[in-house]
Amino acid sequence: MHALDVSNLKKTYKNGVEALKGIDLKVEEGDFFALLGPNGAGKSTLIGIVSSLVNATGGETKVFGISVQKDRSRAMAQIGLVPQEINFNQFEKPFEICVNQAGYYGVPRSIAKERAERYLKQLQLWDKAFRPSRQMSGGMKRRLLIARAMMHEPKLLILDEPTAGVDIEIRRSMWEFIEGINVAGTTVILTTHYLEEAENLCRNIAIIDHGRIVENTTVKKLLGKLDIETFVLDLGAPIDEAPRVEGMEIVLRDPTTLLASLPKSRSLNALFTTLEARDIQVKSMRNKVNRLEELFLRLVEKPQAAEEGEAA
Amino acid sequence: MSVDVSATSYWIGYKTIVIKELNRILRIWPQTLIPPAITMTLYFVIFGQLIGRRIGEMGGMPYMDFIVPGLIMLSVITNSYGNITSSFFGAKFGRHIEELLISPLPPILILAGYVSGALFRALMVGALVLVVAAFFSDLSIQHWGITIAVVVLTSIVFALGGFINATFAQKFDDISIIPTFVLQPMTYLGGVFFSVELLPGVWENIALANPILYMVNAFRYGMLGVSDVPLAPAFAIIIGFGLVLGAICLTLLKRGTGLRT
Repeated sequence: MHALDVSNLKKTYKNGVEALKGIDLKVEEGDFFALLGPNGAGKSTLIGIVSSLVNATGGETKVFGISVQKDRSRAMAQIGLVPQEINFNQFEKPFEICVNQAGYYGVPRSIAKERAERYLKQLQLWDKAFRPSRQMSGGMKRRLLIARAMMHEPKLLILDEPTAGVDIEIRRSMWEFIEGINVAGTTVILTTHYLEEAENLCRNIAIIDHGRIVENTTVKKLLGKLDIETFVLDLGAPIDEAPRVEGMEIVLRDPTTLLASLPKSRSLNALFTTLEARDIQVKSMRNKVNRLEELFLRLVEKPQAAEEGEAA
Repeated sequence: MSVDVSATSYWIGYKTIVIKELNRILRIWPQTLIPPAITMTLYFVIFGQLIGRRIGEMGGMPYMDFIVPGLIMLSVITNSYGNITSSFFGAKFGRHIEELLISPLPPILILAGYVSGALFRALMVGALVLVVAAFFSDLSIQHWGITIAVVVLTSIVFALGGFINATFAQKFDDISIIPTFVLQPMTYLGGVFFSVELLPGVWENIALANPILYMVNAFRYGMLGVSDVPLAPAFAIIIGFGLVLGAICLTLLKRGTGLRT
């Protein structure tokens, strides 16, 4: 059974903006799925429809086979949502927020209290549990959103940019927590602008742009499509100009750093021969990390360019 | 793994909203419970004691006794309406209403939870004003059943009205317009301070078109055994308003007006 099955989903807002233009998307049970796209691509609209905050104009959304449009209550019982914006009552205390959220899903109060303690401890928020939530830092508030979404132990957890604006240390601890939840059996759908986050965590990926899915595959296959690799070379001494090598794009990022992009099929020997001939010392070399970012930019730029062409 | 929906889970959900509302009312008690008690004490002192002595009798009883039911109803109406507008609009404004909108709770239980919260505040304030009134008047309630039925039903009617107001409100100003320009004049002209019989000809007929007049008088009948209007139409009006407003609230919630995109 699919954790999420979206077919021909459309949304046109009152102002005429067509946010979703007939999307089809399936997410397998137990998957760790990334939903990527530039700002305004339609990600939040899609999540809004799945979580029933946005009414669809057309199409159907099923969560574990239950229609969101026809059987909203049962469908919602399966979903936990971590929204992009902080949306809890900041006058309430984290413990109270979590226990109340569990109550809305019918979790008895005694169980809700145990769970609140467990999740707040796991997310390192227990020492703040009984203080007004408005006193917490941004990172803490984001973790509270996750704890709140877990209170009814949903089968599908949707995280809409959960780590936005969070420092790297907290981000990593959040990754660990979410990975643990996924390993325990919860299907996870993640939207993020940190592409290395999607690359490290997710097995499958969909890229949405201008209200359409432009790519839907495994992260591995998607990265396999990357036919150009970029290397970062740290130089022993500063240089004025990037050397030229046929079939490679070499850019001088700063006087001691070269970026060399070349097709995967090409050997690096020609590059090193040229560098040696010009007496340029290479101290160290590494792959440019954001491989997915390169692909992402290519995928979302292509349809845009096509549409601009159509308009012209 | 995740919960499924059932009558028990719905009951827990409803109770959670009510407990949350009660906690809110008690957490900010200096704003929710004390001001009405102070305001009504001033009404009793100024209108009941000082001016009332010169007025003498109204409706066949001391003026102080006459205004007690009206002032209790004034507090009930104002607090019931005010509680739900501030709480529901606050939740909408702060976006924590989304906690409920994405939950499995059906619209009728979300509405019932908020209306119950408003009812509890109205009853708490009504009881406080009654205690204050006991210092100024020797009251004994004539018909307990009618008194309780009227206060509960009236509170529900105004909670539903407040809910509609909060649903359409876009900013905090929008939740103060109706109480200031509609509710307050209607309540003051609804027989709180005077018997409708005092009004000349056409004005008496105009006053009889005011639904609050029926609520105040039905409550006065319950407490004192006297009323300007018959009881049956009063109950019919209160229940009728409740049903119509309830249906509007549910339609708005189901459609997601002002809440869902």
